[in-house]
Amino acid sequence: MNFDAAAVRLVPETPSPPEPSAKMSCRKLDFFYGNFQALSNIDLDIAERRVTAFIGPSGCGKSTLLRTLNRMYSLYPGQRATGEIAFNGQNILEPGVDLNMLRAKVGMVFQKPTPFPMSIHDNIAFGVSLYENLSQRDMDERVEWALTKAAMWGEAKDKLKQSGMALSGGQQQRLCIARAVAVKPEVLLLDEPTSALDPISTAKIEELISELKRDHTIAIVTHNMQQAARVSDYTGYMYLGELVEFGATDEIFLKPGKKETEDYITGRFG
Amino acid sequence: MSAPGRPKREYRSAQREGTPVSPPGRPKGELLPLGGKARSAKGEQMTSVYRKRLYVNRMNLVMSLCMMAFGMMFLLWILWVLFANGLAALSPTLFTQTTPPPGSAGGLANAIYGSVVIVLVATFISTPIGILAGIYLAEYGKNGWLARLTRFINDILLSAPSIVIGLFVYTVYVMQVGHFSGWAGSFALALIAIPVVVRTTENMLHLVPASLREAAVALGAPMWKVILRVTLKAVRGGVVTGVLLAVARMSGETAPLLFTALNNQFWSTSMDAPMANLPVVIFQFAMSPFDDWKNLAWAGALLITLTVLAINILARTVFRQSDVR
Repeated sequence: MNFDAAAVRLVPETPSPPEPSAKMSCRKLDFFYGNFQALSNIDLDIAERRVTAFIGPSGCGKSTLLRTLNRMYSLYPGQRATGEIAFNGQNILEPGVDLNMLRAKVGMVFQKPTPFPMSIHDNIAFGVSLYENLSQRDMDERVEWALTKAAMWGEAKDKLKQSGMALSGGQQQRLCIARAVAVKPEVLLLDEPTSALDPISTAKIEELISELKRDHTIAIVTHNMQQAARVSDYTGYMYLGELVEFGATDEIFLKPGKKETEDYITGRFG
Repeated sequence: MSAPGRPKREYRSAQREGTPVSPPGRPKGELLPLGGKARSAKGEQMTSVYRKRLYVNRMNLVMSLCMMAFGMMFLLWILWVLFANGLAALSPTLFTQTTPPPGSAGGLANAIYGSVVIVLVATFISTPIGILAGIYLAEYGKNGWLARLTRFINDILLSAPSIVIGLFVYTVYVMQVGHFSGWAGSFALALIAIPVVVRTTENMLHLVPASLREAAVALGAPMWKVILRVTLKAVRGGVVTGVLLAVARMSGETAPLLFTALNNQFWSTSMDAPMANLPVVIFQFAMSPFDDWKNLAWAGALLITLTVLAINILARTVFRQSDVR
Protein backbone atom coordinates (compact mmCIF):
# COMPACT_ATOMS: atom_id res chain seq x y z
CA MET A 1 0.00 0.00 0.00
CA ASN A 2 1.30 3.38 -1.01
CA PHE A 3 0.04 5.03 2.10
CA ASP A 4 1.99 2.88 4.55
CA ALA A 5 5.17 3.28 2.58
CA ALA A 6 4.68 7.01 2.44
CA ALA A 7 4.06 7.21 6.15
CA VAL A 8 7.26 5.35 6.85
CA ARG A 9 9.25 7.61 4.58
CA LEU A 10 7.72 10.61 6.25
CA VAL A 11 8.83 9.70 9.73
CA PRO A 12 12.39 11.08 9.72
CA GLU A 13 11.21 14.48 8.46
CA THR A 14 8.30 15.00 10.80
CA PRO A 15 8.75 13.07 13.96
CA SER A 16 5.93 14.58 16.01
CA PRO A 17 2.63 13.04 14.81
CA PRO A 18 2.24 9.41 15.78
CA GLU A 19 1.58 7.12 12.87
CA PRO A 20 -2.16 7.16 12.27
CA SER A 21 -4.20 4.04 11.78
CA ALA A 22 -6.47 3.58 8.80
CA LYS A 23 -10.07 4.65 9.39
CA MET A 24 -11.37 3.45 6.06
CA SER A 25 -9.56 1.18 3.65
CA CYS A 26 -10.49 0.40 0.09
CA ARG A 27 -9.28 -2.79 -1.51
CA LYS A 28 -9.71 -3.60 -5.21
CA LEU A 29 -12.51 -1.07 -5.43
CA ASP A 30 -14.26 -0.85 -8.80
CA PHE A 31 -17.20 1.40 -9.54
CA PHE A 32 -19.66 1.35 -12.41
CA TYR A 33 -22.24 3.78 -13.76
CA GLY A 34 -24.23 1.19 -15.66
CA ASN A 35 -21.65 -0.20 -18.06
CA PHE A 36 -19.17 2.62 -17.65
CA GLN A 37 -16.38 1.88 -15.24
CA ALA A 38 -15.59 5.03 -13.30
CA LEU A 39 -13.14 3.62 -10.76
CA SER A 40 -10.82 0.73 -11.24
CA ASN A 41 -8.84 -1.17 -8.71
CA ILE A 42 -8.54 1.52 -6.07
CA ASP A 43 -6.42 0.52 -3.08
CA LEU A 44 -6.02 3.07 -0.38
CA ASP A 45 -6.22 3.79 3.32
CA ILE A 46 -7.77 6.92 4.75
CA ALA A 47 -5.89 7.77 7.91
CA GLU A 48 -7.70 8.42 11.14
CA ARG A 49 -7.81 12.05 12.27
CA ARG A 50 -5.94 13.19 9.21
CA VAL A 51 -6.98 15.06 6.10
CA THR A 52 -6.75 13.09 2.89
CA ALA A 53 -7.11 15.08 -0.31
CA PHE A 54 -7.96 13.81 -3.78
CA ILE A 55 -6.87 15.82 -6.80
CA GLY A 56 -7.12 15.21 -10.51
CA PRO A 57 -8.81 16.55 -13.64
CA SER A 58 -12.60 16.69 -14.01
CA GLY A 59 -14.20 13.32 -14.49
CA CYS A 60 -11.30 11.37 -13.03
CA GLY A 61 -13.48 9.77 -10.37
CA LYS A 62 -12.60 11.79 -7.27
CA SER A 63 -16.21 12.58 -6.39
CA THR A 64 -17.26 9.07 -7.33
CA LEU A 65 -14.72 7.70 -4.86
CA LEU A 66 -16.10 9.95 -2.15
CA ARG A 67 -19.65 8.88 -2.94
CA THR A 68 -18.76 5.22 -2.50
CA LEU A 69 -17.38 5.90 0.98
CA ASN A 70 -20.86 6.68 2.34
CA ARG A 71 -22.66 4.67 -0.34
CA MET A 72 -24.44 7.74 -1.60
CA TYR A 73 -24.48 6.05 -5.00
CA SER A 74 -26.99 3.50 -3.66
CA LEU A 75 -29.70 6.13 -4.16
CA TYR A 76 -29.43 5.54 -7.87
CA PRO A 77 -30.19 2.25 -9.55
CA GLY A 78 -27.56 1.25 -12.09
CA GLN A 79 -24.64 2.45 -10.01
CA ARG A 80 -22.65 -0.23 -8.23
CA ALA A 81 -19.33 -0.80 -6.54
CA THR A 82 -17.38 -4.01 -6.16
CA GLY A 83 -14.40 -4.81 -3.99
CA GLU A 84 -14.12 -3.90 -0.37
CA ILE A 85 -14.28 -0.81 1.79
CA ALA A 86 -13.53 -1.59 5.42
CA PHE A 87 -14.95 0.80 7.99
CA ASN A 88 -14.82 -0.11 11.68
CA GLY A 89 -14.07 -3.71 10.74
CA GLN A 90 -17.04 -4.04 8.42
CA ASN A 91 -17.16 -4.16 4.64
CA ILE A 92 -19.67 -1.43 3.87
CA LEU A 93 -20.20 -2.63 0.31
CA GLU A 94 -21.87 -5.80 1.53
CA PRO A 95 -25.62 -6.05 1.14
CA GLY A 96 -27.53 -5.63 4.37
CA VAL A 97 -25.43 -2.75 5.68
CA ASP A 98 -27.60 -0.21 7.50
CA LEU A 99 -27.09 2.70 5.14
CA ASN A 100 -28.76 5.31 7.34
CA MET A 101 -26.48 4.34 10.22
CA LEU A 102 -23.43 4.36 7.95
CA ARG A 103 -24.27 7.83 6.65
CA ALA A 104 -24.77 9.10 10.17
CA LYS A 105 -21.18 8.05 10.88
CA VAL A 106 -19.73 9.09 7.53
CA GLY A 107 -21.01 12.62 6.93
CA MET A 108 -20.76 14.54 3.68
CA VAL A 109 -20.64 18.16 2.56
CA PHE A 110 -21.34 18.97 -1.06
CA GLN A 111 -19.97 21.34 -3.65
CA LYS A 112 -22.98 23.63 -3.61
CA PRO A 113 -24.45 24.76 -0.31
CA THR A 114 -27.66 22.84 0.34
CA PRO A 115 -29.50 24.44 3.26
CA PHE A 116 -32.82 22.77 4.02
CA PRO A 117 -35.95 24.90 3.71
CA MET A 118 -36.14 25.53 7.45
CA SER A 119 -34.61 27.76 10.09
CA ILE A 120 -30.88 27.77 10.84
CA HIS A 121 -31.56 26.08 14.17
CA ASP A 122 -33.70 23.38 12.56
CA ASN A 123 -31.19 22.82 9.77
CA ILE A 124 -28.77 21.60 12.43
CA ALA A 125 -31.34 19.97 14.69
CA PHE A 126 -32.70 17.92 11.78
CA GLY A 127 -29.76 15.55 11.60
CA VAL A 128 -29.21 15.41 15.35
CA SER A 129 -32.81 14.51 16.14
CA LEU A 130 -32.61 11.54 13.79
CA TYR A 131 -30.34 9.61 16.14
CA GLU A 132 -30.44 11.37 19.48
CA ASN A 133 -33.29 12.24 21.76
CA LEU A 134 -32.18 15.56 23.18
CA SER A 135 -34.08 17.95 25.42
CA GLN A 136 -34.73 21.44 24.07
CA ARG A 137 -31.82 22.78 26.13
CA ASP A 138 -29.37 20.11 25.07
CA MET A 139 -30.38 20.62 21.48
CA ASP A 140 -29.80 24.35 21.74
CA GLU A 141 -26.38 23.64 23.19
CA ARG A 142 -25.59 21.22 20.38
CA VAL A 143 -26.64 23.80 17.79
CA GLU A 144 -24.38 26.38 19.40
CA TRP A 145 -21.53 23.86 19.60
CA ALA A 146 -21.85 22.93 15.92
CA LEU A 147 -22.14 26.53 14.77
CA THR A 148 -19.13 27.46 16.86
CA LYS A 149 -17.15 24.65 15.30
CA ALA A 150 -18.08 25.89 11.86
CA ALA A 151 -16.97 29.43 12.81
CA MET A 152 -20.51 30.69 12.40
CA TRP A 153 -21.92 31.16 15.86
CA GLY A 154 -21.09 34.85 15.91
CA GLU A 155 -22.96 35.52 12.69
CA ALA A 156 -25.87 33.17 13.31
CA LYS A 157 -26.64 33.42 17.00
CA ASP A 158 -29.11 36.28 16.57
CA LYS A 159 -30.95 34.74 13.65
CA LEU A 160 -31.35 31.10 14.57
CA LYS A 161 -35.04 31.31 13.74
CA GLN A 162 -34.42 32.71 10.27
CA SER A 163 -34.48 30.55 7.19
CA GLY A 164 -31.16 28.95 6.33
CA MET A 165 -31.80 29.86 2.73
CA ALA A 166 -31.57 33.58 3.46
CA LEU A 167 -27.85 33.33 4.30
CA SER A 168 -25.04 34.20 1.91
CA GLY A 169 -23.33 31.42 -0.05
CA GLY A 170 -20.34 31.19 2.27
CA GLN A 171 -22.53 31.21 5.35
CA GLN A 172 -24.79 28.57 3.83
CA GLN A 173 -21.79 26.34 3.21
CA ARG A 174 -20.55 26.77 6.77
CA LEU A 175 -24.09 26.01 7.95
CA CYS A 176 -23.93 22.79 5.94
CA ILE A 177 -20.61 21.93 7.56
CA ALA A 178 -22.05 22.72 10.99
CA ARG A 179 -24.99 20.47 10.16
CA ALA A 180 -22.66 17.64 9.17
CA VAL A 181 -20.49 18.12 12.27
CA ALA A 182 -23.48 18.32 14.61
CA VAL A 183 -24.28 14.63 14.25
CA LYS A 184 -20.69 13.91 15.37
CA PRO A 185 -19.67 11.71 12.45
CA GLU A 186 -16.45 9.74 12.60
CA VAL A 187 -15.55 10.56 9.02
CA LEU A 188 -16.34 13.72 7.09
CA LEU A 189 -16.34 13.69 3.30
CA LEU A 190 -15.96 17.10 1.67
CA ASP A 191 -16.73 17.24 -2.05
CA GLU A 192 -15.17 20.47 -3.33
CA PRO A 193 -16.57 22.35 -0.36
CA THR A 194 -15.13 25.72 -1.34
CA SER A 195 -15.51 25.77 -5.10
CA ALA A 196 -18.54 28.06 -4.94
CA LEU A 197 -17.07 30.40 -2.34
CA ASP A 198 -15.08 33.62 -2.27
CA PRO A 199 -11.51 33.63 -0.91
CA ILE A 200 -12.48 34.84 2.56
CA SER A 201 -15.08 32.12 3.08
CA THR A 202 -12.63 29.64 1.60
CA ALA A 203 -9.97 30.62 4.10
CA LYS A 204 -12.47 30.24 6.94
CA ILE A 205 -13.43 26.79 5.78
CA GLU A 206 -9.82 25.71 5.37
CA GLU A 207 -9.12 26.86 8.91
CA LEU A 208 -12.13 24.90 9.97
CA ILE A 209 -10.84 21.76 8.27
CA SER A 210 -7.58 21.94 10.19
CA GLU A 211 -9.60 22.44 13.35
CA LEU A 212 -11.92 19.51 12.62
CA LYS A 213 -9.20 16.97 12.03
CA ARG A 214 -8.53 16.84 15.73
CA ASP A 215 -11.72 14.84 16.17
CA HIS A 216 -12.66 13.73 12.69
CA THR A 217 -11.19 11.83 9.80
CA ILE A 218 -11.54 13.98 6.71
CA ALA A 219 -11.47 13.17 3.02
CA ILE A 220 -11.62 16.15 0.69
CA VAL A 221 -11.94 16.44 -3.07
CA THR A 222 -10.61 19.66 -4.49
CA HIS A 223 -9.70 21.25 -7.78
CA ASN A 224 -7.54 23.75 -6.02
CA MET A 225 -4.03 22.35 -5.74
CA GLN A 226 -2.88 24.98 -3.26
CA GLN A 227 -5.82 24.05 -1.10
CA ALA A 228 -4.85 20.39 -1.16
CA ALA A 229 -1.29 21.36 -0.26
CA ARG A 230 -2.47 23.63 2.54
CA VAL A 231 -5.01 21.48 4.32
CA SER A 232 -4.16 17.85 3.70
CA ASP A 233 -1.77 15.36 5.25
CA TYR A 234 -2.11 12.83 2.47
CA THR A 235 -2.87 13.38 -1.18
CA GLY A 236 -4.01 11.06 -3.92
CA TYR A 237 -3.75 11.96 -7.58
CA MET A 238 -6.42 10.36 -9.71
CA TYR A 239 -6.73 10.09 -13.46
CA LEU A 240 -9.33 8.25 -15.55
CA GLY A 241 -10.66 6.31 -12.61
CA GLU A 242 -7.35 5.17 -11.28
CA LEU A 243 -5.41 6.23 -8.26
CA VAL A 244 -2.16 7.14 -9.97
CA GLU A 245 -0.22 8.12 -6.89
CA PHE A 246 -0.93 8.35 -3.22
CA GLY A 247 1.26 9.50 -0.39
CA ALA A 248 2.08 12.18 2.13
CA THR A 249 1.11 15.59 0.79
CA ASP A 250 4.65 17.02 1.04
CA GLU A 251 5.92 14.07 -0.88
CA ILE A 252 3.35 14.38 -3.66
CA PHE A 253 3.83 18.09 -4.10
CA LEU A 254 7.59 18.35 -3.64
CA LYS A 255 8.88 15.19 -5.26
CA PRO A 256 6.09 13.25 -6.91
CA GLY A 257 7.04 9.72 -7.88
CA LYS A 258 5.33 9.71 -11.22
CA LYS A 259 5.59 11.96 -14.21
CA GLU A 260 1.78 12.29 -14.67
CA THR A 261 1.42 13.55 -11.13
CA GLU A 262 4.16 16.08 -11.61
CA ASP A 263 2.65 17.28 -14.90
CA TYR A 264 -0.72 17.77 -13.30
CA ILE A 265 0.59 19.53 -10.22
CA THR A 266 2.80 21.87 -12.19
CA GLY A 267 -0.10 22.71 -14.51
CA ARG A 268 1.37 21.25 -17.66
CA PHE A 269 -1.63 19.01 -18.01
CA GLY A 270 -5.28 19.20 -17.16
CA MET B 1 -17.81 10.74 -16.66
CA SER B 2 -14.54 11.50 -18.32
CA ALA B 3 -16.14 13.09 -21.34
CA PRO B 4 -16.39 16.70 -20.06
CA GLY B 5 -12.66 16.93 -19.48
CA ARG B 6 -11.46 15.72 -22.80
CA PRO B 7 -12.36 18.27 -25.46
CA LYS B 8 -10.89 20.99 -23.29
CA ARG B 9 -7.66 19.13 -22.99
CA GLU B 10 -7.40 18.57 -26.71
CA TYR B 11 -8.11 22.21 -27.27
CA ARG B 12 -5.41 23.27 -24.89
CA SER B 13 -2.80 20.92 -26.19
CA ALA B 14 -3.54 22.00 -29.74
CA GLN B 15 -3.12 25.59 -28.66
CA ARG B 16 0.20 24.82 -27.11
CA GLU B 17 1.51 23.25 -30.26
CA GLY B 18 0.55 26.29 -32.23
CA THR B 19 -2.26 24.76 -34.27
CA PRO B 20 -4.91 27.37 -34.96
CA VAL B 21 -8.05 26.15 -33.27
CA SER B 22 -11.08 28.30 -32.75
CA PRO B 23 -12.31 28.34 -29.18
CA PRO B 24 -15.28 26.01 -28.70
CA GLY B 25 -18.74 27.51 -28.50
CA ARG B 26 -18.40 30.86 -30.13
CA PRO B 27 -17.10 31.42 -33.65
CA LYS B 28 -15.19 34.63 -34.13
CA GLY B 29 -17.85 36.33 -36.27
CA GLU B 30 -20.30 36.31 -33.38
CA LEU B 31 -18.67 39.24 -31.61
CA LEU B 32 -20.93 42.27 -31.53
CA PRO B 33 -19.66 45.45 -33.16
CA LEU B 34 -20.30 47.63 -30.16
CA GLY B 35 -19.56 51.01 -31.71
CA GLY B 36 -21.98 50.29 -34.51
CA LYS B 37 -19.38 51.39 -37.03
CA ALA B 38 -17.19 48.85 -38.75
CA ARG B 39 -13.47 49.51 -38.97
CA SER B 40 -12.01 46.80 -41.16
CA ALA B 41 -13.12 44.79 -44.14
CA LYS B 42 -13.87 41.97 -41.81
CA GLY B 43 -15.88 44.37 -39.68
CA GLU B 44 -18.05 45.36 -42.67
CA GLN B 45 -18.98 41.77 -43.17
CA MET B 46 -19.79 41.41 -39.52
CA THR B 47 -22.18 44.32 -39.52
CA SER B 48 -24.12 42.98 -42.48
CA VAL B 49 -24.53 39.70 -40.64
CA TYR B 50 -25.48 41.62 -37.57
CA ARG B 51 -28.01 43.76 -39.46
CA LYS B 52 -29.65 40.71 -40.89
CA ARG B 53 -29.93 39.26 -37.45
CA LEU B 54 -31.51 42.44 -36.12
CA TYR B 55 -34.01 42.35 -38.98
CA VAL B 56 -34.94 38.70 -38.34
CA ASN B 57 -35.26 39.49 -34.67
CA ARG B 58 -37.67 42.35 -35.36
CA MET B 59 -39.74 40.24 -37.73
CA ASN B 60 -40.10 37.53 -35.14
CA LEU B 61 -40.97 40.02 -32.45
CA VAL B 62 -43.72 41.60 -34.58
CA MET B 63 -45.14 38.24 -35.53
CA SER B 64 -45.30 36.94 -32.00
CA LEU B 65 -46.85 40.19 -30.78
CA CYS B 66 -49.55 39.90 -33.47
CA MET B 67 -50.33 36.33 -32.48
CA MET B 68 -50.47 37.28 -28.84
CA ALA B 69 -52.86 40.14 -29.61
CA PHE B 70 -55.05 37.77 -31.63
CA GLY B 71 -55.31 35.34 -28.74
CA MET B 72 -55.82 38.04 -26.14
CA MET B 73 -58.57 39.63 -28.23
CA PHE B 74 -60.80 36.59 -27.86
CA LEU B 75 -60.09 36.26 -24.18
CA LEU B 76 -60.93 39.89 -23.54
CA TRP B 77 -63.98 39.60 -25.77
CA ILE B 78 -65.28 36.70 -23.66
CA LEU B 79 -64.63 38.62 -20.47
CA TRP B 80 -66.32 41.72 -21.91
CA VAL B 81 -69.50 39.86 -22.88
CA LEU B 82 -69.51 38.11 -19.52
CA PHE B 83 -69.15 41.30 -17.53
CA ALA B 84 -71.63 43.23 -19.69
CA ASN B 85 -74.34 40.62 -19.16
CA GLY B 86 -73.37 39.34 -15.75
CA LEU B 87 -72.80 42.59 -13.88
CA ALA B 88 -76.35 43.71 -14.58
CA ALA B 89 -77.69 40.51 -13.12
CA LEU B 90 -75.56 40.58 -9.97
CA SER B 91 -77.55 41.43 -6.85
CA PRO B 92 -77.54 40.56 -3.15
CA THR B 93 -80.57 38.30 -3.61
CA LEU B 94 -78.29 36.03 -5.64
CA PHE B 95 -76.80 34.83 -2.37
CA THR B 96 -80.00 34.74 -0.29
CA GLN B 97 -82.68 33.18 -2.47
CA THR B 98 -82.88 29.82 -4.16
CA THR B 99 -83.34 29.18 -7.86
CA PRO B 100 -86.80 30.37 -8.83
CA PRO B 101 -89.48 28.88 -11.03
CA PRO B 102 -89.75 30.71 -14.35
CA GLY B 103 -91.30 34.13 -14.15
CA SER B 104 -90.54 34.88 -10.49
CA ALA B 105 -87.60 36.44 -8.72
CA GLY B 106 -84.89 34.32 -7.11
CA GLY B 107 -81.18 33.77 -6.59
CA LEU B 108 -78.55 31.12 -6.77
CA ALA B 109 -78.02 30.42 -3.06
CA ASN B 110 -78.63 26.68 -3.33
CA ALA B 111 -76.39 26.36 -6.40
CA ILE B 112 -73.57 28.35 -4.80
CA TYR B 113 -73.78 26.28 -1.62
CA GLY B 114 -73.90 23.04 -3.59
CA SER B 115 -70.92 23.98 -5.77
CA VAL B 116 -68.82 24.97 -2.78
CA VAL B 117 -69.59 21.76 -0.85
CA ILE B 118 -69.12 19.43 -3.84
CA VAL B 119 -65.83 21.05 -4.81
CA LEU B 120 -64.56 21.07 -1.20
CA VAL B 121 -65.33 17.39 -0.70
CA ALA B 122 -63.71 16.58 -4.05
CA THR B 123 -60.63 18.55 -2.99
CA PHE B 124 -60.37 16.65 0.29
CA ILE B 125 -60.60 13.37 -1.59
CA SER B 126 -58.18 14.21 -4.38
CA THR B 127 -55.45 16.14 -2.56
CA PRO B 128 -54.01 13.33 -0.40
CA ILE B 129 -54.34 10.74 -3.15
CA GLY B 130 -52.75 13.06 -5.71
CA ILE B 131 -49.88 14.20 -3.49
CA LEU B 132 -49.04 10.68 -2.32
CA ALA B 133 -49.13 9.33 -5.87
CA GLY B 134 -46.96 12.22 -7.03
CA ILE B 135 -44.45 11.44 -4.27
CA TYR B 136 -44.39 7.81 -5.36
CA LEU B 137 -43.70 8.73 -8.97
CA ALA B 138 -40.99 11.27 -8.23
CA GLU B 139 -39.21 9.72 -5.26
CA TYR B 140 -39.78 5.97 -5.28
CA GLY B 141 -41.02 4.70 -8.63
CA LYS B 142 -38.83 6.97 -10.77
CA ASN B 143 -38.42 5.00 -14.00
CA GLY B 144 -39.64 1.60 -12.87
CA TRP B 145 -42.34 -0.12 -14.89
CA LEU B 146 -45.07 0.65 -12.33
CA ALA B 147 -44.20 4.33 -12.30
CA ARG B 148 -44.08 4.53 -16.09
CA LEU B 149 -47.43 2.78 -16.35
CA THR B 150 -48.95 5.05 -13.72
CA ARG B 151 -47.58 8.13 -15.46
CA PHE B 152 -49.04 6.95 -18.77
CA ILE B 153 -52.49 6.29 -17.30
CA ASN B 154 -52.34 9.56 -15.40
CA ASP B 155 -51.65 11.42 -18.63
CA ILE B 156 -54.64 9.76 -20.26
CA LEU B 157 -56.85 10.71 -17.31
CA LEU B 158 -55.48 14.23 -17.45
CA SER B 159 -56.78 14.68 -20.97
CA ALA B 160 -59.85 12.43 -20.72
CA PRO B 161 -63.07 14.20 -21.74
CA SER B 162 -64.85 15.07 -18.51
CA ILE B 163 -68.13 13.70 -19.83
CA VAL B 164 -66.54 10.26 -19.92
CA ILE B 165 -65.68 10.59 -16.27
CA GLY B 166 -69.26 11.70 -15.55
CA LEU B 167 -70.62 8.65 -17.35
CA PHE B 168 -68.19 6.40 -15.48
CA VAL B 169 -69.35 7.60 -12.07
CA TYR B 170 -72.95 7.40 -13.29
CA THR B 171 -72.46 3.74 -14.17
CA VAL B 172 -70.50 2.57 -11.16
CA TYR B 173 -72.11 4.73 -8.44
CA VAL B 174 -75.34 6.49 -9.44
CA MET B 175 -76.84 3.38 -11.09
CA GLN B 176 -75.91 1.23 -8.09
CA VAL B 177 -77.44 3.48 -5.43
CA GLY B 178 -80.33 4.35 -7.71
CA HIS B 179 -80.30 8.15 -7.46
CA PHE B 180 -78.21 11.23 -8.28
CA SER B 181 -76.32 12.71 -5.36
CA GLY B 182 -73.81 15.27 -4.21
CA TRP B 183 -71.40 12.48 -3.29
CA ALA B 184 -71.42 11.20 -6.84
CA GLY B 185 -70.64 14.73 -8.04
CA SER B 186 -67.71 14.97 -5.64
CA PHE B 187 -66.35 11.60 -6.76
CA ALA B 188 -66.52 12.63 -10.41
CA LEU B 189 -64.77 15.95 -9.73
CA ALA B 190 -62.13 14.20 -7.61
CA LEU B 191 -61.36 11.92 -10.55
CA ILE B 192 -60.74 15.02 -12.62
CA ALA B 193 -58.57 16.67 -9.97
CA ILE B 194 -56.37 13.70 -9.04
CA PRO B 195 -54.33 13.62 -12.28
CA VAL B 196 -53.75 17.37 -12.05
CA VAL B 197 -52.45 17.11 -8.47
CA VAL B 198 -50.36 14.03 -9.29
CA ARG B 199 -48.76 15.78 -12.22
CA THR B 200 -47.96 19.03 -10.41
CA THR B 201 -46.66 17.26 -7.31
CA GLU B 202 -44.38 15.08 -9.39
CA ASN B 203 -43.13 17.97 -11.50
CA MET B 204 -42.51 20.09 -8.43
CA LEU B 205 -40.55 17.32 -6.70
CA HIS B 206 -38.45 16.94 -9.85
CA LEU B 207 -37.47 20.59 -9.40
CA VAL B 208 -35.82 19.80 -6.08
CA PRO B 209 -32.09 19.65 -6.81
CA ALA B 210 -30.64 16.18 -6.30
CA SER B 211 -28.04 17.77 -4.03
CA LEU B 212 -30.69 18.80 -1.49
CA ARG B 213 -32.05 15.26 -1.35
CA GLU B 214 -28.52 13.86 -1.08
CA ALA B 215 -27.64 16.31 1.66
CA ALA B 216 -30.52 15.06 3.77
CA VAL B 217 -29.70 11.43 3.00
CA ALA B 218 -26.05 12.11 3.88
CA LEU B 219 -27.10 12.91 7.44
CA GLY B 220 -28.51 9.42 7.76
CA ALA B 221 -32.14 10.39 7.34
CA PRO B 222 -34.53 7.67 6.16
CA MET B 223 -36.27 8.30 2.85
CA TRP B 224 -39.71 9.16 4.24
CA LYS B 225 -38.22 11.78 6.53
CA VAL B 226 -36.21 13.26 3.69
CA ILE B 227 -39.39 13.58 1.63
CA LEU B 228 -41.64 14.95 4.35
CA ARG B 229 -39.21 17.30 6.06
CA VAL B 230 -37.00 18.41 3.19
CA THR B 231 -38.08 17.84 -0.41
CA LEU B 232 -41.84 18.24 -0.07
CA LYS B 233 -41.28 21.20 2.21
CA ALA B 234 -39.00 22.81 -0.33
CA VAL B 235 -41.76 22.79 -2.94
CA ARG B 236 -44.84 23.19 -0.76
CA GLY B 237 -45.74 26.43 -2.53
CA GLY B 238 -45.80 24.70 -5.88
CA VAL B 239 -47.82 21.78 -4.57
CA VAL B 240 -50.40 24.09 -3.01
CA THR B 241 -50.57 25.95 -6.31
CA GLY B 242 -51.27 22.66 -8.07
CA VAL B 243 -54.11 21.89 -5.68
CA LEU B 244 -55.58 25.37 -6.16
CA LEU B 245 -55.40 25.03 -9.94
CA ALA B 246 -57.19 21.69 -9.65
CA VAL B 247 -59.87 23.42 -7.55
CA ALA B 248 -60.19 26.07 -10.26
CA ARG B 249 -60.55 23.40 -12.90
CA MET B 250 -63.19 21.55 -10.89
CA SER B 251 -65.34 24.58 -10.20
CA GLY B 252 -66.07 25.04 -13.89
CA GLU B 253 -66.78 21.44 -14.85
CA THR B 254 -70.35 20.83 -16.02
CA ALA B 255 -70.47 17.50 -17.82
CA PRO B 256 -69.45 15.25 -14.90
CA LEU B 257 -72.01 16.93 -12.60
CA LEU B 258 -74.79 16.54 -15.15
CA PHE B 259 -74.60 12.77 -14.74
CA THR B 260 -73.92 12.72 -11.01
CA ALA B 261 -75.12 15.57 -8.82
CA LEU B 262 -77.66 16.66 -11.41
CA ASN B 263 -79.54 19.64 -9.99
CA ASN B 264 -81.99 20.57 -7.28
CA GLN B 265 -84.19 23.60 -7.41
CA PHE B 266 -84.74 23.61 -3.67
CA TRP B 267 -82.43 24.34 -0.77
CA SER B 268 -80.89 20.98 0.12
CA THR B 269 -77.80 20.32 2.19
CA SER B 270 -77.91 16.53 1.87
CA MET B 271 -74.94 15.12 -0.01
CA ASP B 272 -76.93 11.95 -0.53
CA ALA B 273 -79.53 13.65 -2.69
CA PRO B 274 -79.42 15.51 -5.99
CA MET B 275 -77.67 18.78 -5.34
CA ALA B 276 -77.85 22.14 -7.03
CA ASN B 277 -74.58 23.47 -8.43
CA LEU B 278 -73.59 26.48 -10.49
CA PRO B 279 -72.39 24.83 -13.73
CA VAL B 280 -75.52 22.73 -14.22
CA VAL B 281 -77.81 25.62 -13.24
CA ILE B 282 -76.05 27.80 -15.81
CA PHE B 283 -76.43 25.03 -18.39
CA GLN B 284 -80.17 24.66 -17.77
CA PHE B 285 -81.02 28.32 -17.30
CA ALA B 286 -79.03 29.51 -20.30
CA MET B 287 -80.87 27.07 -22.56
CA SER B 288 -84.28 28.13 -21.27
CA PRO B 289 -86.51 30.65 -23.08
CA PHE B 290 -87.08 32.73 -19.91
CA ASP B 291 -85.24 36.04 -19.58
CA ASP B 292 -84.90 36.02 -15.79
CA TRP B 293 -83.40 32.53 -15.92
CA LYS B 294 -80.97 33.67 -18.60
CA ASN B 295 -79.94 36.61 -16.45
CA LEU B 296 -79.32 34.29 -13.51
CA ALA B 297 -77.19 32.10 -15.79
CA TRP B 298 -75.07 35.13 -16.71
CA ALA B 299 -74.69 36.02 -13.05
CA GLY B 300 -73.66 32.47 -12.25
CA ALA B 301 -71.15 32.40 -15.09
CA LEU B 302 -69.64 35.64 -13.87
CA LEU B 303 -69.46 34.29 -10.31
CA ILE B 304 -67.59 31.18 -11.42
CA THR B 305 -65.21 33.18 -13.57
CA LEU B 306 -64.43 35.59 -10.76
CA THR B 307 -63.90 32.71 -8.34
CA VAL B 308 -61.54 30.92 -10.71
CA LEU B 309 -59.74 34.21 -11.36
CA ALA B 310 -59.38 34.81 -7.63
CA ILE B 311 -58.05 31.28 -7.05
CA ASN B 312 -55.54 31.69 -9.86
CA ILE B 313 -54.33 35.02 -8.55
CA LEU B 314 -54.09 33.53 -5.07
CA ALA B 315 -52.09 30.60 -6.43
CA ARG B 316 -49.73 32.84 -8.30
CA THR B 317 -49.12 35.45 -5.62
CA VAL B 318 -49.55 34.11 -2.12
CA PHE B 319 -48.05 30.70 -2.82
CA ARG B 320 -45.50 31.82 -5.35
CA GLN B 321 -42.67 29.35 -5.65
CA SER B 322 -39.56 31.03 -4.37
CA ASP B 323 -37.86 28.33 -2.35
CA VAL B 324 -36.53 26.17 -5.15
CA ARG B 325 -33.35 27.38 -6.71
